[in-house]
Amino acid sequence: MYGNDFGPRDDAPLNAAETQDYTQALEDYFNGLIDEDSRIEPRDAMPDGYRQTLIRQIAQHAHSEIIGMQPEGNWLTRAPSLRRKAILLAKVQDEAGHGLYLYSAAETLGVDREELLDKLHAGKQKYSSIFNYPTLTWADAGAIGWLVDGAAIMNQVPLCRCSYGPYARAMIRVCKEESFHQRQGFEILWTLSQGTDAQKAMLQDAANRWWWPALMMFGPPDSGEKAADGHTAQNMAWGIKRFTNDDLRQKFVDMTVPQAIKLGITLPDPDLRWNEERGHWDFGEIDWDEFWRVLKGDGPCNAERIATRVAAHEEGAWVREAAVAYAAKVAEREQGAVA
Amino acid sequence: MSNDNWPLYEVFVRAKRGLNHVHAGSLHAPDAQMALRNARDLYTRRQEGVSIWVVASDDITASSPDEKDSFFDPAADKVYRHPTFYDVPEDVEYL
Ligand SMILES: [Fe+2]
Ligand SMILES: [Fe+2]
Repeated sequence: MYGNDFGPRDDAPLNAAETQDYTQALEDYFNGLIDEDSRIEPRDAMPDGYRQTLIRQIAQHAHSEIIGMQPEGNWLTRAPSLRRKAILLAKVQDEAGHGLYLYSAAETLGVDREELLDKLHAGKQKYSSIFNYPTLTWADAGAIGWLVDGAAIMNQVPLCRCSYGPYARAMIRVCKEESFHQRQGFEILWTLSQGTDAQKAMLQDAANRWWWPALMMFGPPDSGEKAADGHTAQNMAWGIKRFTNDDLRQKFVDMTVPQAIKLGITLPDPDLRWNEERGHWDFGEIDWDEFWRVLKGDGPCNAERIATRVAAHEEGAWVREAAVAYAAKVAEREQGAVA
Repeated sequence: MSNDNWPLYEVFVRAKRGLNHVHAGSLHAPDAQMALRNARDLYTRRQEGVSIWVVASDDITASSPDEKDSFFDPAADKVYRHPTFYDVPEDVEYL
């Protein structure tokens, strides 16, 4: 049960459910809310396409948070100091929280979290392909915070104004927490940049490996002549998306290049240069073949990520069962006390 | 048995003394006690609250979007409930 919502106002005809007039009234009601940049709430009438798009997007987003715990989780036991370990634990725990906020938001659309997890485990729903790359060194923990969380923030800030209320509210909470993620990552890299030659080399190597996948996080090109291809136009009309993938990617490059300069590293793109005329950084061609390959399952860690996730789910089953058994026992005892 | 059997709870958090509990989100838990603990970990990791309520979502009764006439219509024509409705001389103080 969710909130105080409204259906079509008085313009809905009496007892006319499933008539054409009624369908029209529902549509007018929904479009009216979208046009006035109001929020759609769970029990509002909404077009099926809108609902399905949101379920897919929010589920994929939730899965990304959950799978996203693994690459950094890999370094929890080997963080170089107690301070770093505590920070990384807090960060990974936040990502679990983000996943839960998002599954909750998806559930307001009429799906079960269980069902979404089953789809993730069966490979029927995707997560961000960035998490199919390995974390080979400690510098990777820093590069993820700096680049991956940095790109995620760029994507997520506009989602705080998404037309679907529960998603927007989850994003506000997530964005508040993300800024520490990015800063702690940068701090790891900044520390390395002040260190030995070996540490500097480790930093450079991590940047080399994460730069391009981070740019891919914004998704395939969807502006200019590509605008007609995908779902961007429809999602913008629905207020789910506020900027094109390409706009967000450019913003990210513009934000990140000066930070790379500060770190004293070279980003692995010979075409990267400041364009005075555009007032933006130009950058080279992204290898979209690699993107599609990794997304479709052929990345370095796809199989491992899902196997780890499924194992965690199955090996945790007894905990969930024990919690249910305990709850039942307590309820029974309370019953007994009353009787 | 699985998560299917964990009911949904709505979580309300009081940010500090003097404020109302405000809806923060929802979560699944085997019972209300566990819902409280999960809510602490999920919604107050940064001291966002001094008090939490959890309510089984099924126990909430909400106004329905299906009602033919707007549930809130009766309030729409009662502008006299607002102080701005009244004409009083401008030079009278403390009204
Ligand atoms: Fe996150
Ligand atoms: Fe994050």
